Amino acid sequence: MIARYTAARTSLRTALIMLVFTLLFTAAMAFTYGLTRPAIEASELAEKMRLINEVLPPGSYDNALLEDVLRLGPTPELGLAQGGALYRARKAGEPAALVLEAEAPDGYAGRIKLVLAVTADGRVSGVRVTSHKETPGLGDYIDPKKDRNKERPWITQFTGAGHDRVDAAAWKVRRDGGVFDAPTGATISARAVTNATGRALGWALARRDALFAAAPGSTLDTGKE
Amino acid sequence: MDMQKFRENAWNGLWKQNTGLAQLLGLCPILAISTSMVNAVSLGLATVLVMAMVNLAVASLRNFIPYEIRIPIFVLIIAALVTMVDLAFNAWLHGLYLVLGIFIPLITTNCIVLARVEAYAAKNDALSSTVDGLMMGLGLVWVLALLGGIRELAGSGTLFSGIDMIVPGLSAIQLFGDDYPGFLIAILPPGAFFALGVLIAAFNWINQRAAARHRAHPQPAAEAPAAG
Repeated sequence: MIARYTAARTSLRTALIMLVFTLLFTAAMAFTYGLTRPAIEASELAEKMRLINEVLPPGSYDNALLEDVLRLGPTPELGLAQGGALYRARKAGEPAALVLEAEAPDGYAGRIKLVLAVTADGRVSGVRVTSHKETPGLGDYIDPKKDRNKERPWITQFTGAGHDRVDAAAWKVRRDGGVFDAPTGATISARAVTNATGRALGWALARRDALFAAAPGSTLDTGKE
Repeated sequence: MDMQKFRENAWNGLWKQNTGLAQLLGLCPILAISTSMVNAVSLGLATVLVMAMVNLAVASLRNFIPYEIRIPIFVLIIAALVTMVDLAFNAWLHGLYLVLGIFIPLITTNCIVLARVEAYAAKNDALSSTVDGLMMGLGLVWVLALLGGIRELAGSGTLFSGIDMIVPGLSAIQLFGDDYPGFLIAILPPGAFFALGVLIAAFNWINQRAAARHRAHPQPAAEAPAAG
């Protein structure tokens, strides 16, 4: 009996058992994946729409916004090193607004990701921060959920602003000679968001017609312009 | 499983061998996620779920797991079950999933899970292993709740902020009024160490006082778990 338990036999046996366990639990994971897939896709979509609804009033367009998408290549003006997505809102077939992603590379603690909507008449309809690492309690007022000013969160001052009201050269925080407020002692976060918003607005306005005209689902090569 | 064993498991998990205060295992998520009570309790409950499931799975399968390769198999089971919990959170508690983020997958590497599997589930029956996982996890939850509550209250003057991600319609309690300036260090990582240190000191103080009282008035050994 002892002779049967050679080294080769033992390793084969343990390897087989390991294999059985791996197959068993991979199957369990695959089953859970299939079970949760529809719900995960639905909640990711809902999360995206919730965010877009914050920057663009749902009544201002009537197309299937998320399907009218343009893929962007790496776009330095928007701070998108890896590229991103741009959604086009239309009302009765006419251009209504552009919803775009942007990044501020110069936050106090790393990059600040933004989503903003620019209406067809050239105004910012809203800006929201989607992810940031600013200091809790100090720089995180850029997220309206953390802003102490609940009636008029800091980031809402961009709503309605356009180059017809705010000159491109004045699109800065007050401390840099611009028109936008920034809380004392935490100007860096405000400056990063303000400048990134201004850059994104300028970028979108400069090629507004081309952005609305491009075929849905196509990829815009923005790097070589 | 009899009542005596159940009480022993509960006493060990909730107090005597508390993971956060006595065993000091799995401190990484404790310190990182306890910036608010809702975050802390949510991650704690996810850990409870994982610990109970993992202990149940390992205890049920323990006769098929060769001793030599038990650790890889334990890790495989833990990783698979954590993945399933992660998917479930993503599907049905999406708002919370976005907040807890990387910390759910990281339950895999939380050493308290592997520690209980190796120390308990590999040697005991399925039922008492499940109870052990539950109780050890719940011991972590109350420490996390206390720690998150202290840090949130001191740091931003609120309690239960973010509760609307779990129960829509509920909102946070603003305890110190809107003009509370916030005690920033409580929310930053050092605040977690300070608060946990205070909790461990209190835990040790209570235990020492109970031991002193026990020496002064010796009781029959069987009643010992009732003290404190």
